[in-house]
Amino acid sequence: MADQFDLECRDVVKTFGQFTAVDQVSLTIPQGSFFSILGPSGCGKTTLLRMLAGFIEPAKGDILIKGKSVLGVAPNRRPVNMVFQHLALFPMMNVAQNVAYGLRRRGVDRAIIDKKVAETLARVGLPDAGPKQITQLSGGQKQRIAIARCLVLDPAVLLLDEPLGALDLKLREHMKVELKQLQHEIGTTFVYITHDQSEALVMSDQVAVMNAGRFEQVGTPQELYYHPQTPFVAGFVGESNRWQGTLETMADGQAIIRLDSGGVIYTDPEQVAGHSQPIGQRMDVFVRPEAITIAAKGQSSPDAAPGINNMQGRVENLLFNGAASSVQLRETTTGHEMNVALPQTGAFAGLRNGDELDLSWSAGQTKCFPATKTAPVTANAAGEAVA
Amino acid sequence: MKHTPGSVAGNGLKLGVVLMATPLLLWLVLLVILPHLDLLMVSLRERVSYGKYAFSFANYIEFFTEPLYWNTYVRTATMSILATALTLVIGFPISYYIAKVMRGRGKSVLFLMCLIPFWVSELVRTFGWMILLRESGVLSHFLQWAGLVDGPVEMLYNDVTIMVGLVYTSMLFMVVPLVSVLDSLDDSLIEAGYDLGGNAFTVTRDIVIPHAMPGIASGCIVVFMLTLGNYLTPNLLGGKSSLWFTEQIYTQFITRFNWESGSAFGFLLLVLSSLIVWLGLKLSRQTLSDTVG
Amino acid sequence: MIPSIPQSRYAKGIYGAYVTLFFIYLAAPLVVVGVFAFNDSLFPSMPWEGATLAWFFGDKAPYVGIFHDSALLRSIGTSAFVAVWVTLLSVIVGTCNAFLFERAKFPGKNLLYMLAISPLVIPGVILGISILVFSNAIANGIEDSIGWDLDFLRPGLFLVIIGQFAFITTITTLVISARLRKFDITLEEAALNLGATRADAIRTITIPYLKPALIGAAIVSFLMSFENFNTTLMLVGSDAPLTIAMFDRLKQGSTPALNALSLLLMVVSGGLALISVFAQRDRSSK
Repeated sequence: MADQFDLECRDVVKTFGQFTAVDQVSLTIPQGSFFSILGPSGCGKTTLLRMLAGFIEPAKGDILIKGKSVLGVAPNRRPVNMVFQHLALFPMMNVAQNVAYGLRRRGVDRAIIDKKVAETLARVGLPDAGPKQITQLSGGQKQRIAIARCLVLDPAVLLLDEPLGALDLKLREHMKVELKQLQHEIGTTFVYITHDQSEALVMSDQVAVMNAGRFEQVGTPQELYYHPQTPFVAGFVGESNRWQGTLETMADGQAIIRLDSGGVIYTDPEQVAGHSQPIGQRMDVFVRPEAITIAAKGQSSPDAAPGINNMQGRVENLLFNGAASSVQLRETTTGHEMNVALPQTGAFAGLRNGDELDLSWSAGQTKCFPATKTAPVTANAAGEAVA
Repeated sequence: MKHTPGSVAGNGLKLGVVLMATPLLLWLVLLVILPHLDLLMVSLRERVSYGKYAFSFANYIEFFTEPLYWNTYVRTATMSILATALTLVIGFPISYYIAKVMRGRGKSVLFLMCLIPFWVSELVRTFGWMILLRESGVLSHFLQWAGLVDGPVEMLYNDVTIMVGLVYTSMLFMVVPLVSVLDSLDDSLIEAGYDLGGNAFTVTRDIVIPHAMPGIASGCIVVFMLTLGNYLTPNLLGGKSSLWFTEQIYTQFITRFNWESGSAFGFLLLVLSSLIVWLGLKLSRQTLSDTVG
Repeated sequence: MIPSIPQSRYAKGIYGAYVTLFFIYLAAPLVVVGVFAFNDSLFPSMPWEGATLAWFFGDKAPYVGIFHDSALLRSIGTSAFVAVWVTLLSVIVGTCNAFLFERAKFPGKNLLYMLAISPLVIPGVILGISILVFSNAIANGIEDSIGWDLDFLRPGLFLVIIGQFAFITTITTLVISARLRKFDITLEEAALNLGATRADAIRTITIPYLKPALIGAAIVSFLMSFENFNTTLMLVGSDAPLTIAMFDRLKQGSTPALNALSLLLMVVSGGLALISVFAQRDRSSK
């Protein structure tokens, strides 16, 4: 039933000359959910959002809001409102006038406008801000006014274009929680685009990971993190150690991948994309830093159980960051650089550069995907995640 | 202890300030302040006999009692206000087109096309209008050729022509500040206006024009001032019927050699100009430094 | 409104037509001036009598081209002489002013700044007569008291230069200040830190940074001086600069030689305008 969905896209395509910005994207967003579109800059997410708002017309496909196609409907007639990246609060008006703007365009009665504006300002926690000038507001307050300005119109869908990007880190963390709470209270459908995975994971009911104009995977934050379905998602969401190798055997509930740099990695066929790949297939292997257990050299049992991966590494760099501390290692046999999370117990607080560690993780923690032709997700994605 | 860099810079700066302030002070005192004070003093004296002068308001009284002077003054002011308004109304959509509708290369080309005519001397531009509009001119011939009129038409020497020339000459000073102020208007403000249900009219009224106000103010002030002080365009396009106040000043100074009354006229024009500039700044809540800076 | 707002083709068409009409209005007078420079007729007016280059190179009356019109050529020389002096003076003083207003702190700075930009809102004619009256008063005063007749204080080229300088300096000050304001002062501090003296730092770091603005200001000053009419009209003596000479010819009715001259002026000032625009563009990309 189409009318269950506040928003639906069917095979939406947008091209700019030779360049395809959005390629055959389909999505359905159930009523009242917080839906994020996560992707690196240039992946087409802004284009998609602007198509939903009506500032760009799709080349192909259909966009439905509450079951009705909005193709050819001008932005000022669509039942969606947008929180712009830099908020676009009107500096020539005060806060109340900003919030009242849309209602006045609808020709609503003065008295009703005043009442609704007051209600909405109260709802975003700024009941006295009405007479203030925009320049008098703090970053977080501006954010809330920009949202209030849209919410007062009762939009079917609220579109948010990376509105937290301009805030400093502390405030951003705070606003994440606040936005999620606000959405929960008012129950309006939010479509939120961002390149920051932490924003998407923390706030959303559903996240679509977008890359090169396509949706790679749509799912809950947990699904994306624990069960990535494409190498892009595995690399982009969260951090990963990555190897390249060839599938050597696949039998008895165990698959072995021979690494290009020497050594083997065991994995569970369950974790291999499609649960089966031909022998000799080139594979990309992903292991999360926090999936790896560390022990001082020689302290773990030497002949490990089958299905447990064992490696040794020499500490090259300690990255102390409180609970998110990690260590960069050089793997002894392969020479591969690895990133491993430190346990939060402080057990390895005395670690020094040059120390040797035993590393182990289970086959079930090893994700494998057939190697893609393009270079797999670069360090940038991981770097962005750290930042 | 070495000197801290700050103290060295401080001493150097003090000497430097004095040195650098000298040309500034010479310029302002000798070429701006004293000449205008002198102009005021000359305007307030009357020639009693050769080389003898007495303090008097005679020149100002003459101005207010002689209808020709007074009418010319009022007419110049009214025409200048009208020319300013017309320049704004014609130039605003153009500036908006350049700043907001055009993108990339086309935008800079269009802007350049707006600028270049104004690097050409006003004399040449006015000359062009004379060739277009005179009785034996291009437009007159075109109208005859098209069969719209029977004989040659003289389009020079009337108020409409003066207005066309004044608006033409002033356009740059309106378009440049408007383009720069509209360029600074974030597209997303316009989009937000639409997204919240506005249309072309309400978005222009509520968002674009309030944003452009500083540019509108500085454009209008400069255009008004230049039009009021214009001599060439009214003189060449209006001929004898132009009745522009600067022509009166010229006549008093150069033709009649009556510097006293010429100074008074000059001072009155300066007062009118300053008054309207000041009023414009007050109304738009700007300062002069914002406007020209 | 903007490209991302859908608009009817009708509205777009009307807007486009308006803009086109506007540019025709802008170009029309300049185009006719240029075209009639080649008209083989004694008057710069219709009808078209066929093309000729006589108004450039002709040397037989009545076809005296501008390259053989000694009066006009002399007035070009006069204008250039005035413009060079005005440019030199106003760029130097403008640079000093820019440093003073952007760098120094001293009492009365705001008042001085207001005064420094005031020539922009003084009509040129009034600036002209006030300098005329004042210099005349000084000249008379000196003549009466010590008997010297200081001829340069009477209407003539010196007063023209002084009069134009009085308001063009405001423009150079503004142009150079705008650039200096964007200068990152830490660059100078870095130079000092690396062992440069204060003068070294300004000479090797700040002045090169200001170069586009200095060039731009010089071009603007030169053109404004060359094309100035209002102030010059009041201060001119027997040597007429080009604008005054052209104005007299226009009043009398002229041959298309004036068109030829105008065409050359357009080419030269258009070229200078482009140079200054590119100097400006260089500024924004840095």
